[in-house]
Amino acid sequence: MPLDSAQTRTLSQARGFIGRRPGLRGYLLLSPTLMIVGTLMLIPVLGMAVMSFWQQTGHMAFDMSGTLNNYAEAFTRDMYRVLFLRSLSISGLTTLATVVMAFPLAFFIAFYVKRHKMVWIILVTLPFWTSYLLRVFSWKVILGYNGAVNSGLMSLGMISEPLDFLMYNPTAVVITLTHAWATVAILPIYVSLEKIDRSLLEAATDLGDSPFVRFFRIILPLALPGILAACVLIFIPTVGDYVTPSLVGGSDGYMIANVIQFQFGRGSNWPSGAAISLTSMTIVAILVGAFVWSARRLSGRRG
Amino acid sequence: MKQGTRLAARILGAYAVIYVAYLYVPVLFLPLFSFNDSIYISFPLRGWTFKWYESMLANDALHRALVNSLKVGLTTAFISTVLGILGAKAVTRYRLPGQKPVVAMIMLPLVVPEIILAMALLMVILRAGGSLGLVSIAAGHILLCVPFAMVVLMSRFEGFDRSLEEASHDLGENGWWTFWRVTFPNVLPGIVASLLLTFTISFDEFIMAFFLGSTEPTLPVFMWNQLRFPKLLPGVLALGACILIASVLVVLAAEWFRRRNTSDSQSGDVIIG
Repeated sequence: MPLDSAQTRTLSQARGFIGRRPGLRGYLLLSPTLMIVGTLMLIPVLGMAVMSFWQQTGHMAFDMSGTLNNYAEAFTRDMYRVLFLRSLSISGLTTLATVVMAFPLAFFIAFYVKRHKMVWIILVTLPFWTSYLLRVFSWKVILGYNGAVNSGLMSLGMISEPLDFLMYNPTAVVITLTHAWATVAILPIYVSLEKIDRSLLEAATDLGDSPFVRFFRIILPLALPGILAACVLIFIPTVGDYVTPSLVGGSDGYMIANVIQFQFGRGSNWPSGAAISLTSMTIVAILVGAFVWSARRLSGRRG
Repeated sequence: MKQGTRLAARILGAYAVIYVAYLYVPVLFLPLFSFNDSIYISFPLRGWTFKWYESMLANDALHRALVNSLKVGLTTAFISTVLGILGAKAVTRYRLPGQKPVVAMIMLPLVVPEIILAMALLMVILRAGGSLGLVSIAAGHILLCVPFAMVVLMSRFEGFDRSLEEASHDLGENGWWTFWRVTFPNVLPGIVASLLLTFTISFDEFIMAFFLGSTEPTLPVFMWNQLRFPKLLPGVLALGACILIASVLVVLAAEWFRRRNTSDSQSGDVIIG
């Protein structure tokens, strides 16, 4: 059907309208991406928020009149409190361990590797892209009752029976998570170290700072954004990790994700699962916000 | 002073070697035991065998899982890369009001625990009367992969000279042809890298596949289900070893494409997982 002249004019007017507003054109281009992410993330999470005020009455049946019971339970039941605290401390320790271990490596690549920097970077990021499940699983193979460590030590005659404290406890979860997330800590720290202007270091040396003082007065404060990014990128996802506690945590190492999954699965109490999910996300967001804020302030005062 | 620096370099260098060993050695236990002629995963090793690989090749359920993984992976890679191209072009070529929060929202799935995203999706799909299967897994994977595609492609779009596009416009090409004849060939390595990376992420992803997949297991879910049977463990190791090698090859290829013809292969465009 050919367009009549009026339609053509409206069409070209519309084109002109969009053409003259680059912001609008940009958003038009961005809209499919935004729509998909919105549909797949915002709607489900908002749905979860609504669900958290309902009450489960049967299979897929809910009392929708609105209640705060799920939140009251999430905050008061001992089991949840234990799981929240355990998840937070496991992630906190994991974050600390990964960042402390990654810093010297990032420092080495940024300041001591002259050629082949990219080879090092690829070498340390490669494991990140391999299966998370397999990286966690390899620790089950290593720490298990008949695993590599136990059978290795036994065949060397160093122990007579398997050590049973290696797996199925929070320590095993921390060890496994630290390894699985190690690669995530290196990059942001490396990037911020790499960006440091080398003439600042020369200036500090010329003005009489020892390398030690120079490290604490210049390098560390300037690397802080990278360190903070690494902390955030590791702490947030590990609080909600499901695979690691399920594989190596045992019942003593269960974390908050296990109870969320239980409520949506066999426990079939979706509103409770939703309330626990949102509560944990909120707690994590507040903790991370406070952490970043205070770290920034501390470093600001020093500089 | 000089000597002190050299000592520091040596200590840090030694540390770096140990650290890389720490990254890789645990994972190497999987291929190691996959060649061990015993159903027990323990030392001492009993001798070489390929039988776990042979039994893996003969397993029909595994073939089905592999096909599922490939279907989901290819769909995810294609759709998230297309979305990544559109998004990356929009944020690098236009000044969008409110760009920061919008981009932050797209990147959000990187930090929200997957289990929460998976449960929220599960809840909405079931409430809306939808069914679980490969489509819902792919939906979950697209959500996780779009941020990665965006990051890879944004650095590629930023990396090439905008005046090429302007020149094409000035010479009378319209937007569509400018895209195909100027923009596309220039960002092509980024597109290939994005396809490869998003495919790997989808191929290895477990949480979404496990909870949104119902009776359609992908390879990681198939592996997880096998873990319950100690007798099947060596087979899982063999499969795991194959998956590891495949991922490494795909990622190395992606890296190679991503860095091709970029003058700015500096630290700035490293992907931060």
